Amino acid sequence: MAKLYIENSKNFGTLQPTEETVNFLLNYSRALSVIEYNKLKFEALLN
Amino acid sequence: MIMEKERITDAELVSRYIKGDESALAVLIKKHKQKIYSFIYSKVFDRDVTEDVFQDTFIKVIRTLKLGKYNEEGKFLPWVMRIAHNLVIDHFRKNNRMPKFDNGHEFNIFSVISDSSLNAEKILIKNQVVDDVRRLIEELPEDQKQVLVMRMYNDMSFKEISENTGVSINTALGRMRYALINLRKVIEKHNIVLTN
Repeated sequence: MAKLYIENSKNFGTLQPTEETVNFLLNYSRALSVIEYNKLKFEALLN
Repeated sequence: MIMEKERITDAELVSRYIKGDESALAVLIKKHKQKIYSFIYSKVFDRDVTEDVFQDTFIKVIRTLKLGKYNEEGKFLPWVMRIAHNLVIDHFRKNNRMPKFDNGHEFNIFSVISDSSLNAEKILIKNQVVDDVRRLIEELPEDQKQVLVMRMYNDMSFKEISENTGVSINTALGRMRYALINLRKVIEKHNIVLTN
């Protein structure tokens, strides 16, 4: 009987990022603002 | 509110987010997180790396959208997947260990995966070899044995050996050389196999 060395890809479907990562992204998004000056765009992270 | 937003298309959510509706991003992440996370995991097979790549993917998404550089309306998910894919490649480049999986008939899994851990048999053989070498060293003349033990087992430099034994560095080097020559001679003479 041949051995299987690969994981069943169906199992990957249940994987999810942690709540912490999602919250970090949402907070990062809220904190990031783009300032436009003379056709130039600057990013600013405001905590 | 979120339930209602989940029925809205990605293009609409992206548009709302660009206009400043932060909750649209939460809906987009909630809607696609499983697909994107699973996609990354299927490439890297590591939860921590997946978490990092997932985070970097959305940081890039957020920055691109906020900077107004997004121009793929209606194709949000494939665009995010492409970013994730590129970041996975970057990850492997950084680690210099891109696994190559070839599903062809001639594929041999052992060409890419090796089991570096020792099994019970290999551990026994290794211990046997270590014992054999120690016994062979015991047979060497005292001066040669002393230098070899200091160098190989105590990890001392030849300068340190010279200071400890009261002989010059050249003498210590010479004794080491003869110790190895003598060991080889004994091994060859008795056909001793010292391999694992």
